[in-house]
Amino acid sequence: MNMAIRVFLLVLIIFSSICPALCIYEDQVGHMDWHQQYIGKVKHAVFHTQKAARKRVIVSTEENVVASLDLRRGEIFWRHVLGPNDVIDAIDIALGKYVITLSSGGTILRSWNLPDGQMMWESILSGATPSNSLLSIPANLKIGKDDVVFVYGSGCLYAVASIDGEVIWKKELTSEGGNIQQLIYPDGTDIIYAVVLVGLAQFDAYQINVKTGELLKHSSMVFPAGFSGDLSFITSDIAVTLDTTGSVLVAVHFQGGAISFHQTHVSELDRDFSGAAVMLPTKLPGMFALEINKSIVFIKVTNEGKLEVVDTFGRSTAVTESLYLSEGQQAFGLVQQGDGEIILTVKRGDDWKSNLLQETIQMDYQRGIAHKVFVNTYARTDRSNGFRVLIVMEDHSLFLLQQGEIVWSREDGLASVTDVIASELPVEKDGVSVAKVEHNLFEWLKGHLLKLKGTLMIATPDDIAAIQKMRLQSSEKSKMTRDHNGFRKLLIVLTRAGKLFALHTGDGRIMWSLLLDSLRKSETCQNPRGLSLHQWQDPHHHVLDENPSVLVVGRCDHSTDSPGVLSIVDTYTGQERNRMGPAHSITRVIPLPFTDSVEQRLHLLLDVNLQARLYPRTTEALDIFLRELGNIYWYSADVDKGILKGHAVQKNCILEIADSYCFNTRDLWSIVLPSESEKIIATVTRDLNEAVHTQAKVTSDQEVMYKYISKNLLFLATVSPKAVGPTGSVTPEESWLVVYVIDTVTGRILHHMTHHGSQGPVQAVFSENWVVYHYFNLKAHRYEMSVIEIYDQSRLDNKDILKLLLGKHNLTSPITAYSRPEVITKSQSYFFTHSVKTLAVTSTAKGITSKQLLLGTIGDQVLALDKRFLDPRRTINPTQAEKEEGIIPLTDSLPIIPQSYVTHALKVEGLRGITTVPAKLESTTLVFAYGVDLFFTRLAPSRTYDSLTEDFSYALLLITIVGLVIAIFVTWVWSEKKELQEKWR
Amino acid sequence: MDKGKAIMGSGRRWAVEFTDNSTSNSARDIPDPPGFTRASHDPDDSAVSKQKKDAEANWKAQKAWDVAQSPFKNLCMMGFMMWMSGSTVHLFSIGITFSALWQPVNALRGVDKVFEPYKDNRVDLLAPKLVFTALNLVGLGMGIWKLNTLGLLPTHVSDWVSSIAPAQEVEYSGGGIPLQ
Repeated sequence: MNMAIRVFLLVLIIFSSICPALCIYEDQVGHMDWHQQYIGKVKHAVFHTQKAARKRVIVSTEENVVASLDLRRGEIFWRHVLGPNDVIDAIDIALGKYVITLSSGGTILRSWNLPDGQMMWESILSGATPSNSLLSIPANLKIGKDDVVFVYGSGCLYAVASIDGEVIWKKELTSEGGNIQQLIYPDGTDIIYAVVLVGLAQFDAYQINVKTGELLKHSSMVFPAGFSGDLSFITSDIAVTLDTTGSVLVAVHFQGGAISFHQTHVSELDRDFSGAAVMLPTKLPGMFALEINKSIVFIKVTNEGKLEVVDTFGRSTAVTESLYLSEGQQAFGLVQQGDGEIILTVKRGDDWKSNLLQETIQMDYQRGIAHKVFVNTYARTDRSNGFRVLIVMEDHSLFLLQQGEIVWSREDGLASVTDVIASELPVEKDGVSVAKVEHNLFEWLKGHLLKLKGTLMIATPDDIAAIQKMRLQSSEKSKMTRDHNGFRKLLIVLTRAGKLFALHTGDGRIMWSLLLDSLRKSETCQNPRGLSLHQWQDPHHHVLDENPSVLVVGRCDHSTDSPGVLSIVDTYTGQERNRMGPAHSITRVIPLPFTDSVEQRLHLLLDVNLQARLYPRTTEALDIFLRELGNIYWYSADVDKGILKGHAVQKNCILEIADSYCFNTRDLWSIVLPSESEKIIATVTRDLNEAVHTQAKVTSDQEVMYKYISKNLLFLATVSPKAVGPTGSVTPEESWLVVYVIDTVTGRILHHMTHHGSQGPVQAVFSENWVVYHYFNLKAHRYEMSVIEIYDQSRLDNKDILKLLLGKHNLTSPITAYSRPEVITKSQSYFFTHSVKTLAVTSTAKGITSKQLLLGTIGDQVLALDKRFLDPRRTINPTQAEKEEGIIPLTDSLPIIPQSYVTHALKVEGLRGITTVPAKLESTTLVFAYGVDLFFTRLAPSRTYDSLTEDFSYALLLITIVGLVIAIFVTWVWSEKKELQEKWR
Repeated sequence: MDKGKAIMGSGRRWAVEFTDNSTSNSARDIPDPPGFTRASHDPDDSAVSKQKKDAEANWKAQKAWDVAQSPFKNLCMMGFMMWMSGSTVHLFSIGITFSALWQPVNALRGVDKVFEPYKDNRVDLLAPKLVFTALNLVGLGMGIWKLNTLGLLPTHVSDWVSSIAPAQEVEYSGGGIPLQ
């Protein structure tokens, strides 16, 4: 065996001398990786179509992205991803060339150059009281020389120069914690009106001098019944709202500082009214919208202040803001939902009856309903108004409609991936292969001849371009069937919109998508969201007659005790196979290591009452489960209380309706962390599907260390309660980080260690018998990474070679955690330059290949770091034998090799997670990184020692062989002749 | 012309072997001429020839001993080469080691062939053969020893357990922080 390793090493050395480096060449970019850019669900959109310049739309999204999109093709001109806490409140365009964004609760105002997206200036507007935020850019207002932007945030009103972000004046408006509802600036005057609601019952109107910020007039009036929140502004001096009961409409007139209330009962407008109405946030001329009895009612306010119902629509109708047309008129758009289509209507503000435009557009049912609509106008050749409409659908996708057609669409739901799972493609057989991609022999030869030319450096630039194109469009990688190497797979991703996508690993295209009905808003499920994805069925023995499927776990509301929903989706077809719920609450999903006869994995779902439910609900699954009942345990980590508890599954639970798939649990052990000194901040376990090749680790002196490999290990990190805050909020003396390695069957603490003066956030990864974690060292002012390796001492006495030779050892017999094997741990710490967003580790099919850590850096890139750098056996001066084994001399910090950035020059904006999937080829692992962007690539941590590189020149090999054969033949003839002559002499 | 060409083409037609001194009749097709006796032994020559044969036997024995001792030189050289090649696994040391293993094995396989020229009824080849074999075995041993120092022999526990898969666990546990 050792020999095998040595020979392998030898081969590796030979290979490493052939392969120049781990990194890739410039022309290999895009060869086996792909990168997709998204922006997320659009919140605001501002069109910029005035000039002859490129038409664009500026959008801000729920992923905190501000972007400029090409209005013709939907491509991104530029894009900025703000931090996760920097939520964009409003965007607008100032001076026709700057994009102004207001974010972080109205405290950060930024200006971006419209053509290229460079930041022009940034102003921090700090205020005392948190409040809502407003951005208002009056069209023609100058204070001195400066054009001005009005911003309301943190209880203060600011006038900011739009050219350089200087605050011209600041006025604190609300000491009592009110919210400005609207800023009204009538054109050409010197007064700006601010309408404020204080404490849901008081209506304030301020008149402020725009030049100085001086308060001119303040009028206030209390409405005893109280308001329900939102105000709808009808004209510049009338606003409409509802009272707290939601049954009385209150029209507020605040003309000239005098405030008056006019009340109208909703039932006067709608006879069938019952319950409570909801004011919808609309900005329509002389009109507002109410949601009554699950339908949307448009109500017009006449000049005399009377209210009359104009029209009633179904609930799933989206309305745009009003749009000024050239003749001083206003228009707005409405999108209604039809069956497999949407109906777009554009109406004039003053005339409800006639439509400026009505179009019906086919829309995939998988897109759901329209959530947001933005309308923009353009002049047609006949000088009439044409309209283009930007629609945000339920699945967060974005469409531009013009002249009854979809001009472009963007799948921006993929910007909010919450969970990923890999699934196999169908096996290649007759009639399954979707894409016919095999080309003929001539083309194959031609391609290889081109490659040969490239290798011999006699290729012309045209040839090089052809080679590059051939590489990128290699049809082999985008086939719809399984390949020999296992590079082609499906990535099933769940997005925040509750939609499942299947992405092909070859080129990242969407194979199918499914908007899960169980994760859509409904009567029984008000705020559904997807929680996680699990492999439900992964057929190996029944590959040909069973399709793989995934389990989608969701929850109806935000609280943990809300009912859960389950869906099982076929990954070949993208059809929902089964649906359950809303049923019991779901707090934990435990995939069990058992499968039934059709290879459906058994899952244990725990609810908030600590009752376990078995899925699939079949008698066969129940039999398997009951057989293994005594060996199934589970643990719960309570972050708030700081308690870790171990449980065992007991007999059936007592319910009103007997359920043989429901089980009670009982407590076995508990670890109570002292709440005054420790707070749980991170838990990490091993990946269930991780393959481990061997349990032994051979050191340089031929000694063996046995790894303690258990799937039931938990890595737990706690910090002192003071150190929970951000870095720097605590002194090193009162901050510490404690890490534990705990066996979750017995509750035994295998290892614990305290890092004094250290702080979170902790990112960790657990693989085989080691944990690597990343934290901040306050004393050294640097980030650190530590490694813990766990070894089993109780197996060390297997020393008799003869016994091993005959197989008479207990190394492979099943072990129980109750035998309390003696373990030792080794650990070491290193400085690390980067802060890390997420940590992952490469995984291969058999677990033979050495591992690499994948670090999601703060710069949204993925960095690969050899596990060899995090080896607790590193010493400053390793012996020759240790060096030979591959132990690197100890240094205080981990090196960052620029070539080992997996994402090379690209950024995965808003990086949230990295998933690794083993390929069938042992040397290779597939890496998928997701955030706002998606990135996929193949990695070979020990280089591709088991296959030839893809650009290996078969033509060269062939020519060499032919040449050699000819040479042999010629020399043979020569030698024959010479021999004959020798004989004649 | 044609005939001559044909003769030239087919090479020689006949030849006379003047150095033929084989004693048996049956080996030849042509019978000896009458009165000619091939085995005409001069009785006077026998003493001389015996002496000559003794000398030859001595010489053969000496040569056989030389041959038997020849692996020793080889051994020395091999030892030197092994010492030079060091104890790390690389192309050179592996080459040396394998040649060190191959040479003795090859020599042992051809022991009889090596001593074939010195085969004589009066020469005792057993002792030289034994020495030769022993020396080659020493060489083989050195090769194996070298193999061991290179770590290519499975004599350690590590060689037998390095690919043993992890043991199965009886218990199974899952769970964690509630899903958020």
